[in-house]
Amino acid sequence: MDELLAARYQMGVSLGFHIVFACIGMVMPWFMFVAEWKWQKTNNPVYLDLAKAWAKGVAIFFAVGAVSGTVLSFELGMLWPTFMKHAGPIFGLPFSWEGTAFFVEAIALGLFLYGWNRLSRRAHLYTGMVVGIAGVLSGIFVISANSWMNNPTGFDWVNGQAENIDPVKAMFNGSWFPQAHHMVIAAFSATGFAVAGVHAILYLRNGLDIHARAIRIALAFAAVAAIIQPLSGDHIAKNVADTQPAKLAAFESLFETTTSAPLLIGGIPDVEKREVKYGLELPGFLSFLAYGDFNAEVKGLEEFPEDEWPPVPIVHYSFQLMVAIGTFLALLGVIFLLAVFKWKHWLEKRWWLKLLIIALPLGFIAVEAGWIVTEVGRQPWIIYGIMKTKDSLTPMPGIQYTFYLITAIYLLLSFIVVWLFGRQIKILHAKYQKS
Amino acid sequence: MTELILAIMGICLLLYVVLGGADFGGGILELITGGKDSGVVAKAIAPVWEANHVWLILVVVILFVAFPAVYAIILTTLHIPVLLALIGIVMRGSAFTFRHYDIDEEKPMAIYTAVFRISSLLTTFFLGVTMGALILGEMTTNYTLGFFRVYIHPWFNFFSLSLGIFLVVLFAFLANIYTIGELHEPRRVARFTRWAKYLILALVAEGLVVFLAAEVDGLHLFNAFYHSPVSMACVALATLALPLLWTGLKRHSRNLLRIVAGFQTTMIVLGWFAIQLPVMVRMSDGNDLTYQSAAAPPQVQYYMLIALIVGVLIIFPYVGYLYKTFKFSGDAPLVK
Repeated sequence: MDELLAARYQMGVSLGFHIVFACIGMVMPWFMFVAEWKWQKTNNPVYLDLAKAWAKGVAIFFAVGAVSGTVLSFELGMLWPTFMKHAGPIFGLPFSWEGTAFFVEAIALGLFLYGWNRLSRRAHLYTGMVVGIAGVLSGIFVISANSWMNNPTGFDWVNGQAENIDPVKAMFNGSWFPQAHHMVIAAFSATGFAVAGVHAILYLRNGLDIHARAIRIALAFAAVAAIIQPLSGDHIAKNVADTQPAKLAAFESLFETTTSAPLLIGGIPDVEKREVKYGLELPGFLSFLAYGDFNAEVKGLEEFPEDEWPPVPIVHYSFQLMVAIGTFLALLGVIFLLAVFKWKHWLEKRWWLKLLIIALPLGFIAVEAGWIVTEVGRQPWIIYGIMKTKDSLTPMPGIQYTFYLITAIYLLLSFIVVWLFGRQIKILHAKYQKS
Repeated sequence: MTELILAIMGICLLLYVVLGGADFGGGILELITGGKDSGVVAKAIAPVWEANHVWLILVVVILFVAFPAVYAIILTTLHIPVLLALIGIVMRGSAFTFRHYDIDEEKPMAIYTAVFRISSLLTTFFLGVTMGALILGEMTTNYTLGFFRVYIHPWFNFFSLSLGIFLVVLFAFLANIYTIGELHEPRRVARFTRWAKYLILALVAEGLVVFLAAEVDGLHLFNAFYHSPVSMACVALATLALPLLWTGLKRHSRNLLRIVAGFQTTMIVLGWFAIQLPVMVRMSDGNDLTYQSAAAPPQVQYYMLIALIVGVLIIFPYVGYLYKTFKFSGDAPLVK
């Protein structure tokens, strides 16, 4: 295997693995906080069981997320040393803040998990909230570093060296805000639907009250997130149109520069012939989404030298998949809110629970697709317009072997985690069957 | 300013060794004692290991922001031992958590336990090996010299390997001493005290081996220590503290033991810093990377320092609270 490809695959596997655990680690603490808060308010022991069951889940996900995140902080240098040598000082400031946020999260989680009878009720409850806030903050800081790679600012690039570095300007680059809200909302939506999906399976199976309550807490977060996500997506798309036109063109496989460009739904891009087959075109909508004007001109890939094109089909399919799932989850969000405020009996219906089961993996599939869109869409650049990925690759040969090794380990861990959760659920149910 | 950042990084590394080292040591200790008291060790680690682990992440972040050239060269030429340590970190953290939360069944538990113990040992060993390579100075950026010379030789040598073993013994010793403080039952105390004595002897012996291996590999460590008054003082103080440790073991004094072992480890780390600095990475061609030559531009350091100081003001009291809650206050049972 080509060394560059192997290194990119390894990075992709490591990020793709970590992001699932990172999302769950920053969102589930909020669920357990709400469950504990409800327990303290209502004294209904079901909520305490739920908080404790979720806390175990958080502990497992957080541990795997923390160690796989550690791998990433080293891997950046092991695979892309030239990139890190130049970029480290420029985009490192948000990492420094993230360090603190993550530390607070780890301490608070330790206190939460083991402090049930060492902290006061109130201190314990708010410790859960600290875990959630610190988790979201550390996610937001890390996003800043990634958004800088897409939209590098805060330095002058002179003869292959960064000069006049302004780390604050780099941290507050123009893509941070749109990327940050898009990712945080995605994390809440994906985790919420995943948790709701798992409890929907269990509720269909045994009808225990605890699962119905769990679904409601998870969906309260997920529905709101899924409904506002299209707005967030619109904002980030406009930002991409502004800052990375080649990426936007790849989203939509737009080869030629077009005024009143159509929004393409589906379709199979043929890069050699520079055309798309079987797509459904909504005329003018791409121009509108990118620039707020149905007649605006959207740059096509033809404006860029072909060796600076991202791999179009992968980016195109991932983008379409992400948008399709996002739309579906937003619809589920609307149904949930309608049900809560008007047709409460819907929540008990089989069709609704089955929809939730279908949605279980979808949020995370969309998250993965979204990261493929961002990262593969930036290729061949590692720092957009400044440094190419191939120029930052480690000189060490044989990266394919480390790629196989890392992939095997992460696959194994994924299987174990899923299996472990099956067993955790059994523990929970055993308790209810006894009483 | 660079010195201040370096000092913060040094403190983070020190805390990783003194606190995180004991967590690794817990696994090593289980391995060498056959795990008779594994429950005690695991219970001591559980609430704090993830927080302790973050010190390492801070070290890495400071390294790539403030000393990017050092970060790049270490992870390029020491790719292999670092990768092995990372795999160990992943396996160990996962196995520990799985063991803690899974249903208590013989077979899976045996696997988690085995993975936890072995990866604790391997991670520690490869961290030590990596440190050894930084001190020894066989690293090179001349990538035409061939795979073995560039990517293996700098760490695969007597000195680096013996430093790996030294770190294994040191971490096991730390875990042992800290655990004694959590024990009450006289038979267990006696067993851990006996092990503590063996480990102290092993530590002193392995320390000598490290010095001899250095001479074999052409690193005049005796000489380096001899010419650095600070390093000499550190070694002297660490050695002079041994009788105190012995007293602590005899009297089973929890706080004395912890303070002395922590102090000795601190002295070992400071002694290393004193012979190493201002060099951060020693290169075989003599173009060593010093903290001054590798430092990022001043404005980068300035903003990082602000982040670090704010971070320290938040983290230190909070870590203190964590330890107060679980290590220095009553014995309310830990609930899973």
